[in-house]
Amino acid sequence: MVVVGSGLAGASAAAGLSELGYRVTCLCFQDSPRRAHSVAAQGGINAAKNYQNDGDGVERLFKDTLSGGDYRSREANVYRLAELSANIIDQAVAAGVPFAREYGGQLANRSFGGALVSRTFYARGQTGQQLLLGAYQSLSKEVAAGGVTLLPRRDVLDLVVVDGRARGVVCRDLVTGELEAHVADAVVLATGGYANAFFLSTNARGSNASAVVRAFRRGAAFANPSFVQFHPTCLPVSGEHQSKLTLMSESLRNDGRVWVPRSPGDARLPSAIPESERDYYLERLYPRYGNLAPRDLASRAAKEVCDDGRGVGSSGRGVYLDFSEAIGRVGEAALRERYGNLFEMYEGITGVDPLRDAMSIYPAAHYSMGGLWVDYDLMTTLPGLFAIGEANFSDHGANRLGASALMQALADGTFIVPSSVTGYLASERLPSVAQSTPEVQSAVDETTARIARVLSRRGARTALEIHRELGKILWDGCGLSRSASGLTSARAAIAALRTEFGDGIAMVGTSAELNQELERALRVADFLELGELLCDDALAREESCGCHFREEHQDEDGEPVRDDERFAEVAVFEHDGEGRPARRSSEPLVFENVVPGRRNYR
Amino acid sequence: MRVVLKVWRQEGPASRGEFVRYPVEEGAKEMSILEALDVVNERLVHLGESPIAFDSDCREGICGACGIVVNGLPHGPRARTTACELRLRAFADGDEITLEPFVTGAFPLVRDLVVDRSALDRVIQAGGYVSVRAGSAPEANTLPVGKARAETALDAASCIGCGACVAACPNGSAALFVGAKIAHLGRLPQGTPEASRRALSMVVAADREGFGGCTLHGECHEACPKGIGLDVIAFMNRATLAASLLDANEPLIEPRRPRT
Repeated sequence: MVVVGSGLAGASAAAGLSELGYRVTCLCFQDSPRRAHSVAAQGGINAAKNYQNDGDGVERLFKDTLSGGDYRSREANVYRLAELSANIIDQAVAAGVPFAREYGGQLANRSFGGALVSRTFYARGQTGQQLLLGAYQSLSKEVAAGGVTLLPRRDVLDLVVVDGRARGVVCRDLVTGELEAHVADAVVLATGGYANAFFLSTNARGSNASAVVRAFRRGAAFANPSFVQFHPTCLPVSGEHQSKLTLMSESLRNDGRVWVPRSPGDARLPSAIPESERDYYLERLYPRYGNLAPRDLASRAAKEVCDDGRGVGSSGRGVYLDFSEAIGRVGEAALRERYGNLFEMYEGITGVDPLRDAMSIYPAAHYSMGGLWVDYDLMTTLPGLFAIGEANFSDHGANRLGASALMQALADGTFIVPSSVTGYLASERLPSVAQSTPEVQSAVDETTARIARVLSRRGARTALEIHRELGKILWDGCGLSRSASGLTSARAAIAALRTEFGDGIAMVGTSAELNQELERALRVADFLELGELLCDDALAREESCGCHFREEHQDEDGEPVRDDERFAEVAVFEHDGEGRPARRSSEPLVFENVVPGRRNYR
Repeated sequence: MRVVLKVWRQEGPASRGEFVRYPVEEGAKEMSILEALDVVNERLVHLGESPIAFDSDCREGICGACGIVVNGLPHGPRARTTACELRLRAFADGDEITLEPFVTGAFPLVRDLVVDRSALDRVIQAGGYVSVRAGSAPEANTLPVGKARAETALDAASCIGCGACVAACPNGSAALFVGAKIAHLGRLPQGTPEASRRALSMVVAADREGFGGCTLHGECHEACPKGIGLDVIAFMNRATLAASLLDANEPLIEPRRPRT
């Protein structure tokens, strides 16, 4: 088996497959598997344990997830996810994950957006880190047992396809630059999401879409590419040289109240603005969920109040997240215990103590609900190629609920893919594939040629500059709100940028060395290709749902209007040859257990 | 604001290295030291020169990828801060800031500011886990863990594996890193059955990787971006001593990693 990626999904899959007796090669681009971006998830992981006796259960988590995703996910997959959720917590606790506890020693919970029950398990504001370390430790156990070969500092640059089946990958050793082919009976992509297409996002610097884009080019279909989540509680953009947007966990919305001044252009300090002149717009718009409204609604509402000219901060693109009410209610000490590391992080970046002055926050690209299309067994349209975690599209529809990413990654990696890979192998007779197999050689040769092309040309702009421009195009045209005209011009601008990239970018060094500029260029090329796909999808989906807000499809109150007649479907894109637009088809979504209603968080 | 980065440049482990000065005119208080390196690198690429190689990923202080000695201190002068979180506001206008790699015996240099810290992974592979198979876990609440105990386990588990403790130690010891894992798992009931074997095996593995011995200077704690306390070293020493006295017959588990 080849497993690409070592985050929650990849590490748990590699460990799980090895425990079943498979020989696994696990590749990651970082210097250690423990650095995979799951590590940065802060707030928590959902599970239908009903430990709070507040009426939670599989059925409820299932319905919350479907509704949170605006009825654009597959019922069966979501139900299975809800069923597995409880066992995931059991596994994590057994592996030594130090979740928060109550005084009696039982596991503690908190609430997250889009839920009226308290079902989120957490470890301060570092839940992702603790779960990832649990998975990394399980992976390390299997490395020690000899079942897993770990190959860090590798970028996967192509997929090996033999007789229509995925049979391995081509990767570049990032230190020596050597290209390696790893052949396998099945390939599992656990490569995370592509929010970095937007350049500024909450993703890690190295998070990239290269493996999924390469898989797409080799025949794996891509589903709902335009479904990208904008997280409402991130630090606002501060300068041109900023390399990322830092996330502040959504759990802060348990105690923080979101507001902007009532009148545009109010430049007073937040503490100087009296209650009567503040607009707690989430509480006003969504009284039932208030500050815990789902991410898509909270993000769009922030954009709208800023578009009104009521945004705060030097850029005018920010809203306040204010803890003064919570300080009065539970005290500073309790808040520091709950969110201490987040407050420190905020103060470190901005120089402002959020318990003295309100935080400023703004939405940022965060998570891709879209990804490689997979069936119920998490296999892509390319037999033998599986996609798990954020790399697939399966469970979150058009909007993911907070604390559900970790849940899905672990469900996919721990429980689902080890058994579905076994099912696939049981039903296939695979011919043997070796380094000398022509398809392996040609994949290596094609990659060599592609790298040589990128290295040979010397243009004026760097990969980073092109990436920054791509991000701006996508943010403006395919971001929080989208329109046919905006998408059309974004599509054209990306095509022009791709041409510019193809004609040559500023490049240095050779391929036979540690060359981070080359790594970036290869990743940016794939983001450009994906950027076009995002626009194609957003343009074709003539409705508003979840994260996807088409300005043409809203009611008189500005609320999104979904079109279940035409678009209760997964958009599926297939590569149709170089220079041609991808072919769109669809998978109808059939709801047998819920009636897709209008989401109501008011 | 303007700063000058004085950066260690070395093409590879076999080549000679030197410091090179790079002015950053476009600095700003909120710019991180890594973003200042980004700015320098963009300029170098435009000039057709080789950019400065350095590791970074999450850029929010949790992945542990960045590891740079800043003005002689791993991760720089600000307490409990990783290099990626270190902003230029920690420096004065016009300052020269020296950047060096985390080189110690067990972290060979790869290029410029990049070192190979895979020894830390191999130490974890020697026993830094609970040997539980997926599918075999009991219901989570059947094993209560006191609140204080869970919190101290989490304090130790907060280690991000950056290696600053090793870079700060005059002996190049990984005691804080190893102790943190032994204490994290040893403080939890789930980790107790293997506590002795884990402690012995990880300590032996750290020796084998070339990390030095601990003589309790405490520099590791000062450098640790997560503020992990020296109590984890005491925990490790106690666990190792107890294990060698009480479980002397228990075989040490050698990591069986495949040779590549």
